[in-house]
Amino acid sequence: MLIFISHLITGAADLAAAFLLMFGLKRMSSPESARSGIRVAGVGMLVAVLACFLNVVGVSAAARPHLIVNIVLAATMLMIGVGLAWWKGKTVKLTAMPQMVALYNGMGGGAAGAIAAVTLIGRKAEGPALILALIGGLIGAVSLSGSLIAWAKLDEVLKQPLRFKGQRYFNALVFLATLAVAGYLVFIWQGGAAPLLPIFALIAIFFGCGLLFGVFITLPIGGADMPVVISIYNALTGLAVALDGFVLQNPALMIAGMVVGAAGMFLTLIMAQAMNRSVSNILFSDFGDATKHKQGAIKGSLKPVEASDAGIFMRYAKSVIIVPGYGLAVAQAQQKLYEFVKLLQAAGVEVRFAIHPVAGRMPGQMDVLLAEAGVPYDLIFQLADINPDFATTDVALVIGANDVVNPAARDDKSSPIYGMPILNADKAKKVYVVKRGQGKGYAGIVNALFYAENCNMVYGDAQAVLVQMIEAVRGLGAAVA
Amino acid sequence: MHFSIAITGFVALYIFMLAAFGGWVIIGNVPAILHTPLMSGSNFVHGIVVIGAIYTLLNASTVPEQLIACSAVLLGAGNVAGGYAVTDRMLAMFKSSGKQSAKHPRAVHAKKS
Repeated sequence: MLIFISHLITGAADLAAAFLLMFGLKRMSSPESARSGIRVAGVGMLVAVLACFLNVVGVSAAARPHLIVNIVLAATMLMIGVGLAWWKGKTVKLTAMPQMVALYNGMGGGAAGAIAAVTLIGRKAEGPALILALIGGLIGAVSLSGSLIAWAKLDEVLKQPLRFKGQRYFNALVFLATLAVAGYLVFIWQGGAAPLLPIFALIAIFFGCGLLFGVFITLPIGGADMPVVISIYNALTGLAVALDGFVLQNPALMIAGMVVGAAGMFLTLIMAQAMNRSVSNILFSDFGDATKHKQGAIKGSLKPVEASDAGIFMRYAKSVIIVPGYGLAVAQAQQKLYEFVKLLQAAGVEVRFAIHPVAGRMPGQMDVLLAEAGVPYDLIFQLADINPDFATTDVALVIGANDVVNPAARDDKSSPIYGMPILNADKAKKVYVVKRGQGKGYAGIVNALFYAENCNMVYGDAQAVLVQMIEAVRGLGAAVA
Repeated sequence: MHFSIAITGFVALYIFMLAAFGGWVIIGNVPAILHTPLMSGSNFVHGIVVIGAIYTLLNASTVPEQLIACSAVLLGAGNVAGGYAVTDRMLAMFKSSGKQSAKHPRAVHAKKS
């Protein structure tokens, strides 16, 4: 009777959770309802986690003597995990968001892999469930180690992509070895053959190879491509969770996992499209090797101007479009930028922001950083919506962005970024580029825009430059009064 | 009548197929401005793995099983709590300027009818 009631409650709770998670995700797809969306999803998750403890009444006979210990362990681990991650998530800087997402995603993958590992060690699955547990475990392990490498790269613990000769063959070899061990395990279990090694050791080798594969496939990928990589691992973790859901016979896990798997794949494809590259090209090509590419000759020269002059010019312009990039975030200058924008607006200048789909270290990261500074989202425009307007705009102000405004993507067929959709900042009547120095962009390509007739360079730290611009414009106001 | 769940064979494939399709459609018309919060939001959603981890730990009967299941609960809990905290923080920052937003069709397209 007790088991019957617990099944009824956990079943209903999981059903409610699956609904609320999907409904919440749906609400997250518009800026107005997004906040309530995550709240709704949070309620669903809370219900599922609390109801899950009702499973104590139906544990297997073998686990019954350990029940008290297990309950205490589960509650303790839950509290430690929630406490640490909550604290870290609330205190981490917003610019560090991409690596945090990578880290949390890796944890999810690790959890999925560990569940599969317990299932395999305890031989709690047969037939199709056994095979899906192996696949889910492998995906989870790859997602864990791969996400950790992605985290290390974004956090700049690892600075250089690691590449060596024959890397692809090595990766293929590791992958085949993992599959071979998996196949051998199935052969032993289903066929009843005597194992050469203890089962436990075989399972350990299987997961070890999976982890290794995740490390080696992520190491050669350049930092600029990490967003896509995280998105892929996000989808993979979802898939691993879905497979675990089948193994544990829990439809909430199956549905939530699969929804994330599909959504993650969708986001990945959108991002790859925004960079005009295929997903396999991102994963398997050594992008960013500028040595391979011969730079075409560039006409014109770099023309530096003072920040104050640029600021005053914009004060008397009719319209300004600002193109922010990761450099703005690095200089922590979003607040100053919005202060400057408010000054321009007060003087009657129409100011808009143009965001490239892959600006920043993660798609949409610049939107978040501008939102943090208080910029209303209806001033922020995406590439397709604003690109036609550059031609009729007085000034394009490029701050800390480089490759996303490089006209070579339009004109230069030999350029590695040829074909990538860019913001047509060069079409504006006047272009100011705020930049620290004369260095190249993330892709290591010289930017022809900087040498163009209508372009002036404002050298300096974005924060300092904006302070000078603000002072110059304020000074004007004071002189008039 | 019983309420325990048994999902086998094609039923599982149907669930997977419909859920995948649902995920694709749900994300389908999201504006680029929300890509980061959405990625972190879906990251939170797969944190539901924590209930699988708790279930596994409750049913663990040997020390190795307990140890691995413990790490599963710990990691899953981190995934859920971190994913939620980070997403909520980001979404709290999106504000409208309060002006008529007809100029910005992407931001309001969910409200149009």
